[in-house]
Amino acid sequence: MRADLKLIHDWVPQGARVLDLGCGDGELLAALARDKQVVGYGLEIDPDGITACIERGVSVIEQDIDDGLSNVDDDAYDLVIMTQALQALQRPDRTLDEMLRVGRECIIAFPNFAYWRHRLYLGFQGRMPVSKSLPHAWYDTPNIHLSTFRDFGQLCRDKGLTIVDQRVGNGDHEPHWSSRLWPNLCGETAIFRVTRASR
Amino acid sequence: MPDTLPPDSVGLVTPQTAHFDTPLALAGGKTLSDYTLVYETYGTLNAERNNAVLICHALSGHHHAAGFHGMEDRKPGWWDAYIGPGKAIDTERYFVVSLNNLGGCHGSTGPASTNPETQRAWGPAFPVLTVADWVHSQARLADRLGIERFAAVVGGSLGGMQVLQWAMAYPERIANAVVIAATPRLSAQNIAFNEVARQAIRSDPDFHDGWYEEHGTVPKRGLKLARMIGHITYLSEHSMGAKFGRDLRTDQLNFGYDVEFQVESYLRHQGDTFSTSFDANTYLLMTKALDYFDPAALHGGDLAAALAPAQCPFLVVSFTTDWRFAPPRSRELVDALMRADKTVSYASIDSPHGHDAFLLPHPRYEAVFGGFMRRVARDLQLEETT
Repeated sequence: MRADLKLIHDWVPQGARVLDLGCGDGELLAALARDKQVVGYGLEIDPDGITACIERGVSVIEQDIDDGLSNVDDDAYDLVIMTQALQALQRPDRTLDEMLRVGRECIIAFPNFAYWRHRLYLGFQGRMPVSKSLPHAWYDTPNIHLSTFRDFGQLCRDKGLTIVDQRVGNGDHEPHWSSRLWPNLCGETAIFRVTRASR
Repeated sequence: MPDTLPPDSVGLVTPQTAHFDTPLALAGGKTLSDYTLVYETYGTLNAERNNAVLICHALSGHHHAAGFHGMEDRKPGWWDAYIGPGKAIDTERYFVVSLNNLGGCHGSTGPASTNPETQRAWGPAFPVLTVADWVHSQARLADRLGIERFAAVVGGSLGGMQVLQWAMAYPERIANAVVIAATPRLSAQNIAFNEVARQAIRSDPDFHDGWYEEHGTVPKRGLKLARMIGHITYLSEHSMGAKFGRDLRTDQLNFGYDVEFQVESYLRHQGDTFSTSFDANTYLLMTKALDYFDPAALHGGDLAAALAPAQCPFLVVSFTTDWRFAPPRSRELVDALMRADKTVSYASIDSPHGHDAFLLPHPRYEAVFGGFMRRVARDLQLEETT
């Protein structure tokens, strides 16, 4: 399993009701159902991902996150997860609002644009970074809202959200000590666990 | 048609009949004292009797869903694209049951059958049936075939409504539900189209208030119109345009009211064919069953509450250009299933073919439908039976 998914897997409480936005082939939901008796649904728009979910018995709904979650009731889920989708959304900030409307807590993982390799790429080559976590060329990338570990923390603070936990991951490897010291520089993937502003 | 049968065909099939003499109490208050259902089966029922799949047909459907009745048949059964060896409903694993619903006109007891009390054809006196009545009679057929629990109940359009009814009425007898191009209830527009079709039939002078058989007539004009109207709603604007455009039958306009455009010719042909093969009273009855279906109404409009008894996983499929039962109708169902905490997957298939898409081959539809059925087979540990 991808490192960020492994970490999220550990964070999800037993028996939680989960909504996974952009669930891909359903790997995380399948593991959560198997290991933690989690019940939940994935939203996905990629046909291959949807078929893969259906074949492995993961509940998947063909729905575009950019169309909003107006079909989902307030507080319908314990946890809303979104991995590797934030950067491809039309309005990530609004989606974050929606996630925290339908769920008490959310976990968001996205590629950290401030990762040192990206900085080197841009700094030395003067071109948009292409890497394992950002594999597309600038002209055909679905990633229209790239941000950094620090950017997202700032958005949460601006919205008055509570950051329960924030980590970075490095590909499939265990995080290096440096990424604990300088997460914005050394983390390839940013992972946030956020709850609503206290009302 | 075929000189040889295609390898992925269930081959030659023979319809069977089952007679029931236990009275069936109907939702409308009447009782059917005895009745016959005609059905076909494909594949083999395994020793555990847990590999049966029930096919529920749509408005003008019948029991002949797959294979051929004879080598002279021009076309296979209506869902042959999805039932057969290696197909989405793989008859090497599943035992498929497909019946003609009660009230039908393809062999099951219906308005054209003899009313035992009067010894004349039922005609318009045949009781109006509901989706719940159909499912009740299907459950009795399952009893007769020794099927305690279906691996899956599957249906498109009106058939999808029957699947929903199965899940709500017999949750312990259905392991999986596949609801395709359906809706949890008809919209006002849907009912309006049905009403125009009914009026077309009922206003035909040959209809004789439904007693046409005794008058030795057939309300062909009415049936033809009803079918023409219906057929328009089955196709998308795009598919009609792509098929016919503004093409003329001859190369010039003739400033009259005979057939000029190809689309007119096509619709008239569809209507003519239908009017000689379908019973008018059955058509009226089936459209009423469609109109009446509204499980949420019994729960104050709360569809999630209506679906509460269901226990099985659902697959819901819609088609982008279907405007008869458009994708938002399927979404309505999916949202209610999610609200009711049911296991459900939903795919919206990009097809230009409107409502009819559910009958036609389509790679992604096949992948989704077949993927679901493979998961069902895996969960039930179904081996190949042939």
